[in-house]
Formats: sequence, C-alpha cells, structure tokens
Amino acid sequence: MMDKISKFRSSYLWYSFKNDKFAIASFLVFMLLLIIAVFAPLISPYNPYSPDNIFILNAEMPPFWIDGGSKEFLLGTDDQGRDLLSTMIYGLRISIMIGIGAVLLQAILGIIIGLISGYVGGKIDSFFMRLADVQLSFSYLMVAIFLSAIFKAAFGVGTFGEVAVPFLIIVIGLAQWPQYARTVRASVLAEKEKEYVQAARVTGFGSVKIMWSHILPNCLSPIFVLSTIQVANAVMSEAALSFLGLGMPVTRPSLGSLINSGFEYIFSGSWWITAFPGIVLVILVLSVNMLGDWLRDTLNPKLYKG
Amino acid sequence: MFAFVVRRIVQALIVVFVISIISFAIKNNVGDPIRQITGVSVSEKERDELREKLGLNDPVYIQYFRFMKKAVQGDFGISYFYKKPAVDVIIAKAPATIELVLVSSFIIVFLSVPLGIYSAIYPKKLFSRFLMGGSIVGVSIPVFLTAIVLIYIFSIQLGWLPSYGRGELVNINGWQTGFLTVSGWKHLILPSVSLSSIMLPLFIRLIRSEMMEVLESEYIKYAWAKGLDKYRVWFVHAFKNTLLPVITVGGVQLGITIAFTILTETVFQWQGLGFLFMEAVERSDTSLLIAYLMFVGIVMVVVNTLVDIIYGLVNPTIRVTGSGK
Repeated sequence: MMDKISKFRSSYLWYSFKNDKFAIASFLVFMLLLIIAVFAPLISPYNPYSPDNIFILNAEMPPFWIDGGSKEFLLGTDDQGRDLLSTMIYGLRISIMIGIGAVLLQAILGIIIGLISGYVGGKIDSFFMRLADVQLSFSYLMVAIFLSAIFKAAFGVGTFGEVAVPFLIIVIGLAQWPQYARTVRASVLAEKEKEYVQAARVTGFGSVKIMWSHILPNCLSPIFVLSTIQVANAVMSEAALSFLGLGMPVTRPSLGSLINSGFEYIFSGSWWITAFPGIVLVILVLSVNMLGDWLRDTLNPKLYKG
Repeated sequence: MFAFVVRRIVQALIVVFVISIISFAIKNNVGDPIRQITGVSVSEKERDELREKLGLNDPVYIQYFRFMKKAVQGDFGISYFYKKPAVDVIIAKAPATIELVLVSSFIIVFLSVPLGIYSAIYPKKLFSRFLMGGSIVGVSIPVFLTAIVLIYIFSIQLGWLPSYGRGELVNINGWQTGFLTVSGWKHLILPSVSLSSIMLPLFIRLIRSEMMEVLESEYIKYAWAKGLDKYRVWFVHAFKNTLLPVITVGGVQLGITIAFTILTETVFQWQGLGFLFMEAVERSDTSLLIAYLMFVGIVMVVVNTLVDIIYGLVNPTIRVTGSGK
C-alpha cells in the first residue's frame, strides 16, 4: 500500500496536479459537492420529501437578507413552501446520482462494444460503428429527449414519476455509449497489433481473457478522460430533460426541475428559485469540465472529436 | 469516389428506414386509436368491427406498408389537437425554427472564426487566455439557464427586449417571417443569442486547436520559408485546412443545435418546431410526434450525408481508402 502511494507521489499525474491551481481548486469544489450530496440527509436543515415541510403559506419566501425572508429558510423557499437550501441539497444528490449512474452504464456498454468491435472486427465492427455514427449524428441530447418523450407518452406521467431515477440513468446511458465505444475501439485497434498481445495469443489465452486483462488496462487513460467529460454531459442532459418536464418530477426535484419550477415565478420577481439551483448546477458542471480539461492535457490521449 | 457516394446514400436510406420503423412502432403502441376515436360508450362488438375496418387486425408488415405508403405521400395522420394534417402543422411552424437556427449559425460562424484564429495565432496573449477561460465557463452553462438569465436581465430588469413569442410577422407565400419587421428582429435577439451560446465556445476551441495543429505542420513552415506574407499564410494556407474538420463537426453539431432549439423555444415560447414537439409530448399527440420525428430525422440524415460527401470531395485521402473513417 505504502509502495503504491509513494509510486503515485512520484508520478507525472500527481506532479502536474500539484502544480495546477485550477485543477486543485476544481477537484476540491467537486469533492465538496460530492460530500454534500452523499451526506444530504445529515447536512440539509429540512427533509424536502416529507409532506410535513410543505406549507403553501411559506411559498416563495425570499432569502434571509431580503425583506420578508427569515433566518429559518436561509435561501428562501420554493413555490411549494419547501426550504430551498434543503431541496437544492437533495436535488444535487439526485443530479450527481444520475450523472454518475449514467456514466457507469454507458461506460460498461461502450467498453464492451468497443472491445468487441476493435478486437473482432468485420461485420460486427461495421454494424456497431455505423450505429454509433447514426446515433452521434442525432446527438445524445436528441436521442435522450426522444426516448423519454416516447416513454412518457407510453406510460403516462404517474408511473413515470416513480421510476424517474433509474429511467433517466438508462435513457442517458443509452444515448451516450457511442463516444466510449469509438474511443475504446480506436485504442484497441492500436494495441492489438503490439507484440505483447501476439505473445498472449501464442501462449494460448482466449480472446476474452486477452481483451479484458491485456488490452483493456492499456486503454484506460482515454477512458479515464472521457469519463470526466461524460459526467458533465450526463449532468447537463439530466438537467435539460428535467427542465423540459421529461425528467425528475416536482415532488423529487433535481437541479434541472428546480430551475424549471422557478422559471414560472421569475416574472413575479422570485428570482432565487431559479438562480441558486442554476449557480450550483453551473459550479458542478464547470468543476467537472475543468478537471476533464486538465486530465486531457496531462494524459493526452487520442479522443474522438465531436 | 462513386462507390463512396453510393455507400453513404445506402446508409442514409437504411437510417431513414429505421426511423420509419420507430415512428410506426410509436404510432402502433402509444395510445389505442379505437379508444381515441370512439370514446367510452361503445360496445366491444362495435369496437372489433371498427378495428377490422381500419385494418388494425392485419399482420404488422402490411400495416407498416400501409403506413409507409401514406408517409411517402406526406400523410402522417391528423393532429388531435390542431385538427389538421400533422404535416401541415409542421410546415406552418418550420419557418420559425429555420430562422432561429439561421441567425444563430451566423452568430456562431462570424464570431468563432475570427476569435478561433486569433487565439490560435497568439495563444499566449491575455485576450486568448480570457477566451479559453470564458469558453470553458460557456460550455458549462446549460442553454436554458443562459436563456433565463438573458430574459431576467434584458426583459424583466431593463425592459429592452421582449421575452416571448415572435413579434410581428409578415406572410410571404405561407412563410411567416420575422425578418422584415423591427419587432420581429427584436424578438429574435435573445433566442438566437441563447441558442448560439453553447455552440460558440465549442467552435472557438475547435478552430483554435485545429489551427494550432496546422500551424505546426511542414507545409506551413515551408510557406514561411518562402517568405510569404503572414496574412496569406494564416488565412489562405492554414485556415483552408482548418476548415475540413470544422465542416464534419459542424454537421454533427446540427443534431445538437436542433436538440437545443427544443430547449430555447420552450423558454421563449417561440412558436417553432421544438415548442410544437414539447406540446405534442404533453398532449400525447402521436401523429404530430412522429411527423416531427420523421421530419427532423430526414433533415439530419440529408445534412450528414451531404457533409460526408462534401468532406470526401474536399479530402482526397478518404477517396483513396474509400471509407469515412
């Protein structure tokens, strides 16, 4: 263990991280948001899902430093009279949960498809790559919007609300796998001609074993970089879907659905319902994007553009 | 080259076929047409007769052919809400979206090209660093948030610009344009700025990185060695080769732009296709949904195929290997 730590401390990755103020700052911010999300029930002053905390009389109270606000609700209340701070903390939790879940799903799908396409080649390869081309030409957001619109029309709003979290993970995961598949395939194509793979083949290892334990470990750095960017994309997609009313319902709002519900009140002057969740969303996405940028510059893998 | 074009067109046809199957599946599975036609107080027997009469008991592939036969003639059924053929509704709303996309494309092209070139030529200057920092903030702000902030500042606080709708329109042969009135332009500003806000940083970064790569290449060094004018090297020699990847990415980005029109139009209640689509989703207006799906699908397939073919024409290396990758 100590060995690994000291090895890490002498690595280029750590050296470049240590010397990049932006990387450190965005890492700290992201960690802070992650901790808030994980420990949401302990941190947030109220439980926004409990009906006890919905008081319509308290609706649209401004933050405490503005007239009419109270210290009870630091950032004011939303349109249903819930404490905005607590609702945002839980919303952050949902946004991060869906973001990371969707990236895990698309990574699994994309890595398996990419490995097989690159290693086996032929008809399977061209089928999956054409599919990826087509899906990318429609853009991940369009695919996600279509999928959830169809599901919503088919199942109705009631059932939709109950299964929203796993549903959004699946929709965004299905919409974004092509990036992984292409990136993994490209590195597999480069790796599979190398001598160590031929050696493994001569030794008599099976294809699955070679793909999994010989080629994959050497494709990890592009996967690593892509995953960071994709978390930001997934969080953005979730926010967009929720904003359109195709994502999280108002009873369990994510940051996107909070912004949406606040938008209706912005004309009457209640800017805080939109502004605070918006700021949190931007900080979350920005910190992940900056980490991704730094990783890409440091590891410098060959990623597909577009 | 011929084989390449044929292959691209075949691929495009397959995609259109898949889209049509998806549309057909939606039409068949979402909502029961009999129930929508008859209501509650009709006996089971009469329903069965109607089902037989409408051909809903035929094998699926016959129903699909019937659906396609109508679709080719532009008949996707009647929109339940508008009580008009779905295609007519789509055609009536398309100009709004086309004008919006057009104006934001202009904004993107006319800003991203000079800014991208500038920051590639002078990567160390303060303004370039500011651009790079600004662009990463730009891609991190969701387009609907930009739209809301713009509305809050320019409509609610300052009251300079309208926050929803298209303003006064002029009808030219059924094309409702907002380009000919002052109010139409005023209504266009905020939506088109929001729509371009997410693409602009992406394009600046893309043009910058491509241009920097090109500026390092051998033929540019040779051009410098020949003693060419610096503007000629930058804008003629280097920029021409920067354009290639930008064209392909531009084709792909069209899909994202159309997805973002849904968001922008929802915020600004812009009476275009995206707004129509969200209305159709809320009302479960299946005819309209599939008409939109087919329309957008075909537009994207055509644009992507054209971009691929143009790319193949411009870039000889693809012609030789004969593949798009």
